[in-house]
Amino acid sequence: MLTLTRTFRRVTGQRSDERATEARPTPRPSVLETPSIEIAPNDPLLAYFHAGSGAVAIDELDLDSPAVRALRQAGVKLVVPLISQGELIGLLNLGRRLSDQDYSTDDRRLLEKLAAQASPAVRVAQLVREQEAEVRARERIDQELRVAQLIQQQFLPKTLPDLPGWQIAAFYRAAAEIGGDFYDFIALPDGKIGLVVGDVTGHGVPAALVMATTRSALRSEAPRLVAPGAVLAQVNDLLHADIPANMFVTCLYAVLDPETGALRYANAGHDLPFVRRGDRVEELRATGMPLGAMPSMRYDEKEATLGPGDVLLLHSDGLAEAHDPQRAMFGFGRMRTLVGQLGIGTELIDGLLAALHAFTGPAWEQEDDITLVTLARVAGVTGERVLVEFQEPSAPGNERRVMERVADAAKDLGLEPIRFERLKTAVAEAAMNAIEHGNHGDRALPVHVRVSQTDGELTIRIVDNGGGKDIPEAETPDLEAKLAGLQKPRGWGLFLIKNMVDDLRTHTTATHHTVELVMRLGRKGADQ
Amino acid sequence: MTSAESVRYRDGTAIVDLPPQIDSAAEHALSEAYAAAVAHGSKTVLLNFAGVDFLSSTGIALIVGILARARKDGRAISASGLNEHYREIFEITRLADFMTIFADESAALKAGGLR
Repeated sequence: MLTLTRTFRRVTGQRSDERATEARPTPRPSVLETPSIEIAPNDPLLAYFHAGSGAVAIDELDLDSPAVRALRQAGVKLVVPLISQGELIGLLNLGRRLSDQDYSTDDRRLLEKLAAQASPAVRVAQLVREQEAEVRARERIDQELRVAQLIQQQFLPKTLPDLPGWQIAAFYRAAAEIGGDFYDFIALPDGKIGLVVGDVTGHGVPAALVMATTRSALRSEAPRLVAPGAVLAQVNDLLHADIPANMFVTCLYAVLDPETGALRYANAGHDLPFVRRGDRVEELRATGMPLGAMPSMRYDEKEATLGPGDVLLLHSDGLAEAHDPQRAMFGFGRMRTLVGQLGIGTELIDGLLAALHAFTGPAWEQEDDITLVTLARVAGVTGERVLVEFQEPSAPGNERRVMERVADAAKDLGLEPIRFERLKTAVAEAAMNAIEHGNHGDRALPVHVRVSQTDGELTIRIVDNGGGKDIPEAETPDLEAKLAGLQKPRGWGLFLIKNMVDDLRTHTTATHHTVELVMRLGRKGADQ
Repeated sequence: MTSAESVRYRDGTAIVDLPPQIDSAAEHALSEAYAAAVAHGSKTVLLNFAGVDFLSSTGIALIVGILARARKDGRAISASGLNEHYREIFEITRLADFMTIFADESAALKAGGLR
């Protein structure tokens, strides 16, 4: 309504402009400039127009109406309602005639005819304009989400830390609106490592920016202060100075000594991490206010030890607070039970996500970001000894380097010469697959290799950045078809690996492929 | 490098001395050597593995490719000088079913006509 009044003010203005071109000695006082007039939905004038009033002389109208008073105030003499499909869509406001005479019946008839003809066109223009505004708003939201996503992706770790004796896995999935979840691993002096999981209130770009700020503050303070309580206190003060009103950040910060399993932690109002020891699951409790809410806060600092076989899970509320179609919540209790039952690393994460999927059903739209970070202390669990751990860039020919380094590490384990040669061939093939198929020959992406030994087994683990798509099953190639030119000559790699080793295990996550080649030790001719 | 120059001819057999590394890097050399044997009119080609110390699945694919061409051309391919490990690979991949494998070059030449 408001917009329309303005539109028609321009029409009346133009009319008086035309008249103004006639040479007149005195300035015309009758140029009507109606201010925007708000008409409340319950104003009796609306009902009057709807009743089919036609053109209305405002001065003659006997209605207790704020709109009528406003129109009179603005100098409006005659109002012609614009009605389209029974709906009042605007008003044609006219000031007094330049001749100072009243509007005649002919004038009114003409104006009503004009209004009747103009109304549908005006309505169309209104709809087009509304739609354009809607499209612009939607584009703005999409654009904002893209920016938020970009910020988020930029600041989440691209790789996991390589900690010998620890199995680490992380998962992050943004909700459609992009929340402010984040996690981080920070290298600290003396080989220690900082573990961060946090959640910024709110969504979209503001949350993503606060997330980026918090991450930077943590990254700069953590190596300097080390003690988790002091780090959170300092980051809280830094954030409090800058953070927009009503925003804050919950954050769990822990410092792990990978050598001893000692874990010191402090918590700024974040969800409590779970620790599994044997078949018991505990929560790690420490109190503290969320970051950025109030200045000069103190944060409890606690310590726990992760022994061989223990599992730590850091998480955000996106999983525990997911709802099923009946609005029941997944809950921390259910999560805790699952942590006690599931495996470690990606198995734990995949298991939690599978349980979530079963709980919410397939039609679920993710309500909030989901972040899961888990560390398991694997060294010493099975008497495993890591012989060598290294990485090679994904460059052509490096499969041979991988083969030679593994061979060097495994040369004194008493493998029979023929089995040793088989292992070498299998390692070269697996490394080549990792370089060519997993990492697509991208030199920036390394192939991770770990050679470890237990009492009875030698295991070569080769990890690449493939992921998302399972490694296919090894099939026996059809040599006849290849020789007849019906198939390409290639496709021997996996088949060869499978026939060279005692066991081949593959594992795929969203981001990585893992291939484990196993040779049994100490049993002569175990393959025969 | 195996190339046309590293092909020797004895009693109608072209003997190809393979380079140490049979993988994608050997593709050009192998194909040239085979072409030289064809140009020479040899009816049998002996692949000599005596100097090979690395054989990958890509290398196996190259040998399959040569074998496929030879079958089309009506040529026999045989192999010699395979160590125990490579011989096992030839058996697992069933390449051994499609080419005669000799302990060494002289055994191959003694057998004469090959297959």
